[in-house]
Amino acid sequence: MSRRRVVVTGLGTVNPLGLNVADTWKNAQAGTSGVKRISRFDPSDFKAQIAAEVTEFDPEQYMPTKESRRLDRNAQLFWAAADQAMTDSGLSYDEDDPEALRAGVACGSGIGGIITFQDEVGVLLDRGPSRVSPLAITKIISNMAGGVASIQFNLFGPNICTVTACAASANAIGDAAEIIRRDDADVMLAGGTEAGIVELSLASFASARALSTRNDEPAAASRPFDADRDGFVMGEGAAVLILEERERAIARGATIYGEVLGYGMSADGYHITMPRPGGAGAARAMQHALRDAGLEPAAIDYINAHGTSTPANDSTETAAIKAAFGEDAKNIPVSSTKSMTGHLLGGAGALEALLCILAIRDGVLPPTINYETPDPECDLDYVPNEARDSDISFVMSNSFGFGGHNVALVFGGV
Amino acid sequence: MERSAIESKMVDLLVEELGIERDKITMAAKFEEDLEVDSLGVVELLMALEDNFDVNIPDEEAEAITTVSEAVDIVEAKVNA
Repeated sequence: MSRRRVVVTGLGTVNPLGLNVADTWKNAQAGTSGVKRISRFDPSDFKAQIAAEVTEFDPEQYMPTKESRRLDRNAQLFWAAADQAMTDSGLSYDEDDPEALRAGVACGSGIGGIITFQDEVGVLLDRGPSRVSPLAITKIISNMAGGVASIQFNLFGPNICTVTACAASANAIGDAAEIIRRDDADVMLAGGTEAGIVELSLASFASARALSTRNDEPAAASRPFDADRDGFVMGEGAAVLILEERERAIARGATIYGEVLGYGMSADGYHITMPRPGGAGAARAMQHALRDAGLEPAAIDYINAHGTSTPANDSTETAAIKAAFGEDAKNIPVSSTKSMTGHLLGGAGALEALLCILAIRDGVLPPTINYETPDPECDLDYVPNEARDSDISFVMSNSFGFGGHNVALVFGGV
Repeated sequence: MERSAIESKMVDLLVEELGIERDKITMAAKFEEDLEVDSLGVVELLMALEDNFDVNIPDEEAEAITTVSEAVDIVEAKVNA
C-alpha cells in the first residue's frame, strides 16, 4: 500500500508583514521590512530597541472579550491564524461530527506565554502569592494555544505542542504530516505562534549578544547573509497551515496549495546556542528531508533559509547547504524572509512554510532584503533585495533552534 | 457604603474583569448557570472584589456564593463591618 500523501488546503497568518495571508504575501514580495522601534514598552534602557511587532491586531475581531482576556497574546495570535486557515480550507466541524475525531492540532511555540510570565512574577514579588491570577499558568503554558484551537474549532483528534525553540513550528508541521501519513488523523491544523517581545526576553537575548543593535536603522537591522549583519531582530506572530490527506482533499474539491513531501530532523549535540561549526547537523536534517521526499538535491528549486542575521547562523547554514547539496548548492536560490519579518522564534517555521507554499503557487521567490555587502563565508545566491519570478516545483524550508534542534521541510506544488 | 454603590461596582467588575455582557447581569443571576462563569472565573472575581473593596473573603465564605446578590451581601457585610 502506498504512503498516504499530505496536502495543504488552508492558510492563515498574523505577523509583522500583515494581519492576513494576502497582505503578508504582497509585502513579502515587495521587500517590506516589518522592523521598527519597539512600541509596546519603552525600550530605552535596552541594548536592542527594535523588533518586528504585530501592530493593529485586535483579538476581538476573532473572539469574545470573555475568551481573549483569558489568553496570553501568543494564543490570541494563534487563534486568529487558525480561524483564517479554517475558513480558507472550507472545513468546519460541529461538536458531534464524527469527522472531528479525525482532525487534530499541532502547534509549536518557543517560549509560550512569556508576557504573562513576566507580569505575574511582578505580581508575586510586589503583592504576594494571594494576588497571583488563577489563569497565570494556563496563560503561560506553551501548549495552550493549540488546546484552545481544539476547543474553538472542535478538533478532537491528536493535539500536540512542539517546543523546540526556533524550530518549534517546523516540527509541528512535520509531525502533523506524519500523523496524517500514519493514519491517526485526516486533517491537522498545524503551525506555530510566538509573542515574546517583552522586557525579559529582549534583555536576555541581548545579554546573549544574539540581537541586532542597529537601533538607528530598524528597517535595515535584519540583514541575513550580509557581511555587516550583527544579530537577529525579534518578531512575533502566528501562522497556520491546514494539512489534509490528499485523496480526501481531492474528493471534497478542496483548493490544494501544495504538498508536504519531506521532513528531516537532526540534533547538533554541540552547544546550547552556537551551531556546530561546518553545519554537519543542519546538513543531515536537509539530507533526511530530501530522502523522505524521494528527491535528489538538484530537484530543489528554492530554499527558504533559517537565515537569522546572526554572524554564526548565516555562515554555518551556508556551509550546511553546501554540505547537503554539494555542487548543486551554487544553482539553488536561497533567501531569508526573516530579513523582513524579523525572527518569529517558535512561529518562524510555520510562517516560512506558508511563504514557501505561496512561492510555489505564484512562482515568485521572496527576497533577502538589506543584502548589500557580500560575506566571503556566505557565497550562495540569496535572492538579494528584490523578489524574483521563477517557475518552481520543489522547495525546502530550514529551521534551527537553540539546543541544537535542526529541521528541514520539503514542499511541492500541486 | 450603600448597597446600590456596591451593586453598581459589582456589575462593572463583572464586565471589565470577566468580559460578561452588561445586559445579562442581574442581581438574581447565578454565576455558573446564567453568566457562564466557571470556577477559575469565580476566583478571579473574588480577587477583584478583594482588591476593589479592600476586604478579605475567606474560601469557605466564597464557596457559598452562587448569585450576584449573594456576592453583594458578603461585600456589604465586610465593607460596613
